[in-house]
Amino acid sequence: MNKPANQKKNKTVRFQTGIQESRRAVSNSLIEKIARFRNTRALDSVATVVITMLGWTAIFVLIGIAGFLIHSSIRAFDEVGIWSMIAGTDWFPTSSDARFGFLPAQVGSVWVTIVALAACVPIGVFSAVYLSEFASSKFRETAKAVIEFMVTIPSVVFGLIGLAVLVPLIRTYLPVDSGLIGLTAGLVVGIVCLPTVISISEDALRSVPNELRHGSFALGNTRWQTAYKVVLPAASSGVFAAIMLGMGRAIGETMVVLMLAGNAGIIPTSPFEAARTMTGTIAQETGEVVRGSVHFSVLFALGLVLFVATFIINLTADMILERSRKKWRR
Amino acid sequence: MVTAQRQESSQSGRFDIENVSVSYGSEKALQGVSFCIEPRRVTALIGPSGCGKSTLLRCFNRMNDAIDNVEVEGLIALNGEDINAKAVDAVSLRMYVGQVFQRPNPFPLSIYDNVAFGPRTQGVRKRDELDEIVIDSLKKAALYEEVKNSMKKHAFELSGGQQQRLCIARALATRPGVLLMDEPCSALDPISTGMIEETVQQLKEIMTIVMVTHNMQQAARISDTTAFLLRESIEEPAELIEICDTNTMFTQPSDIRTENYITGRFG
Ligand SMILES: Nc1ncnc2c1ncn2[C@@H]1O[C@H](COP(=O)(O)OP(=O)(O)O)[C@@H](O)[C@H]1O
Ligand SMILES: [Mg+2]
Repeated sequence: MNKPANQKKNKTVRFQTGIQESRRAVSNSLIEKIARFRNTRALDSVATVVITMLGWTAIFVLIGIAGFLIHSSIRAFDEVGIWSMIAGTDWFPTSSDARFGFLPAQVGSVWVTIVALAACVPIGVFSAVYLSEFASSKFRETAKAVIEFMVTIPSVVFGLIGLAVLVPLIRTYLPVDSGLIGLTAGLVVGIVCLPTVISISEDALRSVPNELRHGSFALGNTRWQTAYKVVLPAASSGVFAAIMLGMGRAIGETMVVLMLAGNAGIIPTSPFEAARTMTGTIAQETGEVVRGSVHFSVLFALGLVLFVATFIINLTADMILERSRKKWRR
Repeated sequence: MVTAQRQESSQSGRFDIENVSVSYGSEKALQGVSFCIEPRRVTALIGPSGCGKSTLLRCFNRMNDAIDNVEVEGLIALNGEDINAKAVDAVSLRMYVGQVFQRPNPFPLSIYDNVAFGPRTQGVRKRDELDEIVIDSLKKAALYEEVKNSMKKHAFELSGGQQQRLCIARALATRPGVLLMDEPCSALDPISTGMIEETVQQLKEIMTIVMVTHNMQQAARISDTTAFLLRESIEEPAELIEICDTNTMFTQPSDIRTENYITGRFG
């Protein structure tokens, strides 16, 4: 850029954008100025209203979903009762003496989630530490692209691979009758959650200011000591939130558990037994259920339990993340 | 050098710098700097922004190692030993050559744990030994009286000036023989600045201090020796223009560029 032009521009437009400047060239009388001022004001307020409405749409949709779930569950609440669903141990939805206990599905979901977290938290946090503290920026960019791509792979693909690879392995090397157990599903769900945990933890680690790292280096700490003594503790709340989000993802995962967990109707006492989860139950039974029946309504009640659980988990994670983002704005 | 680490720096803290140049990638930032830093004195590095003061300071504890693409040439000897030699361990070097940064950067830990951080890295585990080091370091950094009843408090609850003194205490806790300070007062109010200047005056009794400062009055007030660096144009690397006794520098500088700078006419 040549110098005189640059100077001229600096002189005339200090706080205005190029568009405003060209408009100014068109009209310059005082009246026109006022009119334009009014116009932009009107446009501004229209835009504000539209944007506000769009923002609220998301919230209305959320409230709508919750309302719809509650509305559709009312029959189940009336005829079965909240307590005998949430604390009921038997799930015989189609027998003549039907039982609608959620415990088998709830406990199944808990086992699968525990296994998934046990698999993906250590790997995910280590990978995030490696990417943020040790990897070259080129490797980090590549890895992040791969991780982002992993998020877009449909989980049914992971389910298929699990079926082909993990199920035979587990049947061969573990003392179980079938490879279709909570453990198998949990491990694959863990892989599905991995990208979430890695990328959000990595963000949290990277938001720790470099000054802290330098402070630690200057005291004679190695990179590795700095990572685990300074950076990880400083980013702990963000990493925790990443784990929570991974957990929300694990509870909500449907396809993988449907394919790999074995879908038994009993309460599993360990991850080495076949299990069914809340998501799997809903997905499997909505196809066969009679619309408008009690069973139909009960599935909505189960969906409501799932909705509340994931909502609480994600909300907590978001609140923690928001706090940890503010932490470094000194 | 390594064995002297845990003692109160006996003979120590002399730097001999010979023909040092630093490049960032293909850009040469600093060229042909030679001078020596006398033990138990305050040496001030002055010069306009971007003239390589921080870069030079980072050579003294090899903090440039932590930055990608940096190349340091020339000889930097600490107490007669080349610090860039293969046999020298950067970790023990940095415990002996402490650093305080431009912006206070306490760790997200308690006051006590911040100060005990370095000694713990050195392997000090005994509680009473740690207590003694922490209290001693806080006293030297003139912070002890303010925090003696709240050592478990989180460091972020301290004011900016207190945080900076905490960082000084943290650096002192490894019993360094040299303390590097990179514009330690630039983010602080005048009262905190005064306290830190006073601390520096006391610390020079026991260690060598190298301080980068933007503030010429500060250099004049607290340093014994002043070095003036200048980068005459963007294409050229910065050079050491003049180094001498601070009084002489501020009363009768021998180089016209120094005179222009300290009288406020940028050369
Ligand atoms: N990390 C870095 N990467 C590349 N160039 C750098 C880096 N740090 C400093 N420089 C360059 O080196 C020169 C000196 O910088 P610095 O030592 O920070 O100066 P000062 O502390 O005197 O203001 C500047 O031109 C700056 O752009
Ligand atoms: Mg600087």
